[in-house]
Amino acid sequence: MANMRRSGVIAALAASSALLLAACSSGGDDPAPTNSGTANGSDEPVTITWWHNATADPALTFWQTVADEFEAANPNVTVEVEGIQNEDLQRTRIPVALQSGEAPDLFQQWGGGEMVAQVNDGYLKDISAMVADDVERLGGSVAPWQVDGKTYGLPYQFGPEGIWYRPSLFEAAGIDEVPSTLDELSDAVQKLKDAGIEPIAVGAADGWPAAHWWYNFALQSCPSDVLQAANSTLDFSDECFVTAGEKLQEFIDTEPFNSGYAATSAQQGATSSAGLVANGNAAMELMGQWNVSVMTGLVDDTEALVADLSWFPFPSIEGSQGDPTAMLGGGDGYSCYVDAPDACVDLLKYITSDDVLTRFASEVGGIPAAPAAHSGITDPNLQVQAEYMAESDYLQLWLDTSYGPTVGAAMNDAIIQLFAGNAAPADIPAAMTAAAGQ
Amino acid sequence: MTVSREASGGDTDLVGGAQAPSAGSRPASAKTSQKRRPRHWGEIAIFVGPALLVFSAFVILPVVLAGYVSFFNWDGGGDLGNFVGFDNYTRVLDDGVFISSMKNNAFIVVMSLVIQGPFALGIALLMNRKLRFRAGFRTMIFVPYVLSEVVAGAMWRLILDQRGILNSLMIQWGIFDTPADAIGWLSDQKLVMWVMIFVLTWKYVGLAIILFLAGLQGVPEDLLEAAQIDGASWWQVQRRITIPLLGPTIRVWMFLSIIGSIQLFDMARLLTNNGAPFDTTFTMAMFVIDRAVTGRQYGYATAAAVILFAISLTAALLFMRFVMRRDNETAEKGAV
Repeated sequence: MANMRRSGVIAALAASSALLLAACSSGGDDPAPTNSGTANGSDEPVTITWWHNATADPALTFWQTVADEFEAANPNVTVEVEGIQNEDLQRTRIPVALQSGEAPDLFQQWGGGEMVAQVNDGYLKDISAMVADDVERLGGSVAPWQVDGKTYGLPYQFGPEGIWYRPSLFEAAGIDEVPSTLDELSDAVQKLKDAGIEPIAVGAADGWPAAHWWYNFALQSCPSDVLQAANSTLDFSDECFVTAGEKLQEFIDTEPFNSGYAATSAQQGATSSAGLVANGNAAMELMGQWNVSVMTGLVDDTEALVADLSWFPFPSIEGSQGDPTAMLGGGDGYSCYVDAPDACVDLLKYITSDDVLTRFASEVGGIPAAPAAHSGITDPNLQVQAEYMAESDYLQLWLDTSYGPTVGAAMNDAIIQLFAGNAAPADIPAAMTAAAGQ
Repeated sequence: MTVSREASGGDTDLVGGAQAPSAGSRPASAKTSQKRRPRHWGEIAIFVGPALLVFSAFVILPVVLAGYVSFFNWDGGGDLGNFVGFDNYTRVLDDGVFISSMKNNAFIVVMSLVIQGPFALGIALLMNRKLRFRAGFRTMIFVPYVLSEVVAGAMWRLILDQRGILNSLMIQWGIFDTPADAIGWLSDQKLVMWVMIFVLTWKYVGLAIILFLAGLQGVPEDLLEAAQIDGASWWQVQRRITIPLLGPTIRVWMFLSIIGSIQLFDMARLLTNNGAPFDTTFTMAMFVIDRAVTGRQYGYATAAAVILFAISLTAALLFMRFVMRRDNETAEKGAV
């Protein structure tokens, strides 16, 4: 059974959900919002601005409903909700808002190294005292939203990465079992190629989708304690970081990716990597739990796609030092701005409550951060993912998120150069170490 | 705001400037005597003030601030961080991706001049003759230039993708069997820069042609007729008379083309999805944005931006000094 680790920015996820269910029910966190915790319990009118990354339904309507419910329960609070496109929000709107001092009270927070920088700049409210019971209830997935034992945000969803595939194409190629080891994956790739099917789609033009292949190779090549230490020390001297690149290099040399993958984007249109799999032009794609919602947006017949779409965790590598159950993942959460009123924290507590997250799981999709809310998951693939996550001994936040933007960008660039054939496996940890020293 | 727009519009109208030399021989003395006349300072302030204010606040000040920020290891949040002197500059100039971006820009500059120039000149000379549907042809040639850069980039991406329109057509025609066999126009590392040159030529050759056609209007008919009477062939007339008289226009076009190529960003970014495949089509401007916005290395990216600015400025000054010197002189003397 699983350990729970929660140091640094590691997300070591979660013992059995039953255990956490118990923890939750004893915590007695009622989903109904209360204003009792606020310092100024008066009825003075308060306005909270809330920026999230949902620009389309069902999520857009869902968050508005949550805001309305919170307003109804707290008549003195007005919540102004704004949905902003994810990349604009993360790379432009939030940094500029924080820099200008005119930041929203509650805003999207991806956790990890970027949040550490925001904490160091004094932008975030330390909510540790107010959310202690919620941290307990949500379990290990809160770790990326904590710095030095203090909590600066709470996640509402947290999901693992794995390989999405089309069972019908596997069948056509004569693949009977989903690959559980790298050798089996290579066999499957060969069978698909023999059958004239593009094996794996990857949106290498966007950089990170290709980089995620290296992340998973590193996760399977490195002992968990090395990875865990690297999250905070940024020490990449262990030989396993080179081994990961060597193994990936061997894999790339078997040409498993879609033709023209170097110029393929990840999510835009039918010729993106998600589009290739969704339209049956490629058999597999390594991607996070959101991929089903991306793919359904790229086809006309959603039901046919969902009926012929399945998922398996990243294969383990034989004879490597990595933990075979280790998984890579990431999530979404919210932080309160340093000057935000306490009502912001109340709203955050309400958003991450078991009741709201259960509805989130069934209405929006995704894997809710609260284990007790897993009952709301309706998608069979997400149910499988939640089960694997519960059994994983080590869950690592996306490496680029965890190491922060500077090391993350240098790492992704170096990995891209490995794909291009311009860099050696040892160049990747070297580039990361150089970036960490800046 | 009308005042400022008029004031700045008059100053920056390069196309108008290009035509000025050929527009005729307005006596320059009138201009100089006007300058000597005493001016009302209040009038000057009203006309120049708003433009100067806007220019200072949104051009001069950011340039100065960028110079300042480039000496710090700033991550885009909080205070500026450590003062690192010229460290950012030495690192940028040592960065393989930046060096290859510089080479890409240089390649684009050279290829734009070498391909678009002769091509546009040929078309302009042909279209300067009496043709049916001449206005229609001119409009068609100018359409790509008028099209938004973003639209053009996205459109060519759809056409040139591995499973794009072009490869699909080729499969229909039986040239290839499957998309996997077809040509990776945008994914082949050796091919992609030439594809980009093609798209850039398609997009910008219209500007060159229109400029040249405008310049050709300033070539006096009587000179051409005299040459024809003397027995010069059409080709000799073009080579000995038309093209030399088109010199000033060609040089202004070269100037615009060089600066545009150095600063190329939006269309290339859309076309290649931010430098794909594997950063081989990065331009310097893409490098700056990528390092700042994605990598959160604002100090580092700003140093790259300052280098980009210095390169543009140097290129502009050198070109003005050595290539366009004659044009400026003749303009001052008021002679053609």
